[in-house]
Amino acid sequence: MIEGIPITHVLIVSAFMFFAGICGFIVRRNMITILMSIELILNAVSINMVVFNKYLFPDQLQGHFFALFIVGIAAAEASVAIALIINIYRRLASINVEQVNEMKH
Amino acid sequence: MALNVWMFYFLATVIAVCSVLTITSRRILRAAFYLLCVLVATAGLYFLFDYQFMAGVQLVLYAGGIVVLIIFSILLTSHISQKFPKPEAIRLITGIVVGVSGFALAMLAILKYAFKATDSAAIRIDMHTIGNQLLGTGKNGYALPFEVISILLLAAMIGAIIIAKKGK
Repeated sequence: MIEGIPITHVLIVSAFMFFAGICGFIVRRNMITILMSIELILNAVSINMVVFNKYLFPDQLQGHFFALFIVGIAAAEASVAIALIINIYRRLASINVEQVNEMKH
Repeated sequence: MALNVWMFYFLATVIAVCSVLTITSRRILRAAFYLLCVLVATAGLYFLFDYQFMAGVQLVLYAGGIVVLIIFSILLTSHISQKFPKPEAIRLITGIVVGVSGFALAMLAILKYAFKATDSAAIRIDMHTIGNQLLGTGKNGYALPFEVISILLLAAMIGAIIIAKKGK
């Protein structure tokens, strides 16, 4: 662990980031900004994994690899989501979540 | 206070301020820029914790790859000068209530729990160890998730190409 930085302070930062992401997920209506909120959430979780590894289990690398896989999954998710967003924009000329309800029927 | 402690609080401030600005900024390109700041500051945190490989992956994949992808899709789908309208009051209140109450709950849990570290000696984290464990099949081996995620990335790449290409 690092002298002078307690684990709770790091966890507070990542919890703040996580709930900022959740708040943005609810408030925003543009699909790309919703995607940004999801990136914030994933990033907060991967900070948590790295910190737990560093402070609590420094004899293993599990948290490190978990954070690595989270980054990979975030990349896959972002690429598919952006492909969907571009396709939706091409068909409906809008990426506002309230106007994209044609798939309901 | 040591310099790295100052650095930590600086990075924490950048992360907190920029993540709030990411979800409140009414110009979409600025929101993307604030997201980039958050991701780079996170990479700084990883450097501070001495996880150089993780910080490099964060910079290359997140700050370099995903943010560029997001900015490209912004340029393809929105007008730069366009400002979002103010969100409806009910949605705004719901979001803030959920965020604040969730944060308070998490704070309660974090501040009450007594974290206990293991007594075992820390291992050195260099590229050699990471590579051996990532492709190892024995104890502390992560070959299976590594292969699974490579198939996932391939599937995501093919899926993204098929979804985004123009119709026949």
